[in-house]
Amino acid sequence: MLIFHLDRRSGVATYLQLVHQVKQALRLGVLRPGDKLPTAKEVVAELAINPNTVLKAYRELEREGLAIGRPGLGTFIERGLGARADHGHLRTALHAWFRDARAAGLGPEDIRALFDAVAAETQGERTA
Amino acid sequence: MNAFSTTGLSKRFRRKWALRDCSLAIPRGRVAALVGPNGAGKTTLLRLAVGLIRPTAGEVTAAGAVAFLSQEKPLYQGFTLAETMRFGRELNPSWDGDLATARIAELGLSPKSKIGALSGGQRAQVALTLVLAKRPELLVLDEPLSNLDPLARHEVMRALMAAVADSGMTVLLSSHVVSDLENTCDWLVVLNRGRVQVSGAVDDLVDEHRLLTGPAAEVDAVAARTEVVDRADAARQSTLLVNGDPGPLSPQWTRRAVGLEDLVLAYLRSPDAAALPRPTLTSA
Repeated sequence: MLIFHLDRRSGVATYLQLVHQVKQALRLGVLRPGDKLPTAKEVVAELAINPNTVLKAYRELEREGLAIGRPGLGTFIERGLGARADHGHLRTALHAWFRDARAAGLGPEDIRALFDAVAAETQGERTA
Repeated sequence: MNAFSTTGLSKRFRRKWALRDCSLAIPRGRVAALVGPNGAGKTTLLRLAVGLIRPTAGEVTAAGAVAFLSQEKPLYQGFTLAETMRFGRELNPSWDGDLATARIAELGLSPKSKIGALSGGQRAQVALTLVLAKRPELLVLDEPLSNLDPLARHEVMRALMAAVADSGMTVLLSSHVVSDLENTCDWLVVLNRGRVQVSGAVDDLVDEHRLLTGPAAEVDAVAARTEVVDRADAARQSTLLVNGDPGPLSPQWTRRAVGLEDLVLAYLRSPDAAALPRPTLTSA
């Protein structure tokens, strides 16, 4: 879990300090796609800052496509920064696969079921 | 949607007006700071807000349940923590016992300890627990950080911010230490000589104001183009804290962003300046 810190003398807006720290963690590979960011409550209970500041930082990360908010679950890293997070070709291939699946008449739940089934099969291959 | 508002609120104690024609509104979910010099009317406004005293004129409206913690943080010294929490439960129909128990455990305190044996910081946390467990929609705190050491101040603020994140409640707190409010409060109310000078979102106020420094020979011309809150003149150079944009300036001028503390001090130095969301009607 990422631990934020605050430089109260830096003159940089607090929400931007949080944004920069997430980006830094992404570049260093401390945070990776799929990782959950701390909740607003966890951050403010540590730093004693207004919860809206954390939400503003997370909105900025979402706007830049780095994070995604899932209602009721939290905010998750969507994509990485730098060489470690280079999943571009996998993403492109998955995009193409989704398009094919839709063209074949599969709905979202059909796609998820097929996706889960194949994920389970390949998981079996690896452990076999 | 406002959590708290006042219209033309005034309070007179004998012959002295403690609060004059105070109109303000605080939107739901905000953490509002009430600042001003001693004797500005802060405590009077807070006591009116929670209905402890009645206004001489005007109205107060609070949406939903209100909890108040006075500056003295009153607790029975002879009670144990368990007795204190039972006292809270008996007096408050909306009492959240789980929240109270969890907070006492987080503080690492035994329910058997006597209030009188706790440190100042621990007593402040217990007092805060009592008001939080009421599950208020509006929490009003009068100088919640006074008489606390820096670590205890930070810990009280951490607990308060976590409670805000959890519940979405609105907070109105008074303080005369502006540095405690930076990063925690997102709404600012400045009270001076019994009148509201400033009421607005901190982000907006910071965006709208700026510090301009430039040659004294040009200062009057620049000052005429915008609203000057505070002005300091030296022999050759002047500094203006302005509300608004003066437009293009000659290259000798520098513009700087203001912080919350700059803003508060500038208004307190200039009691006639005001930054309010809309013109308020004043009675003669």
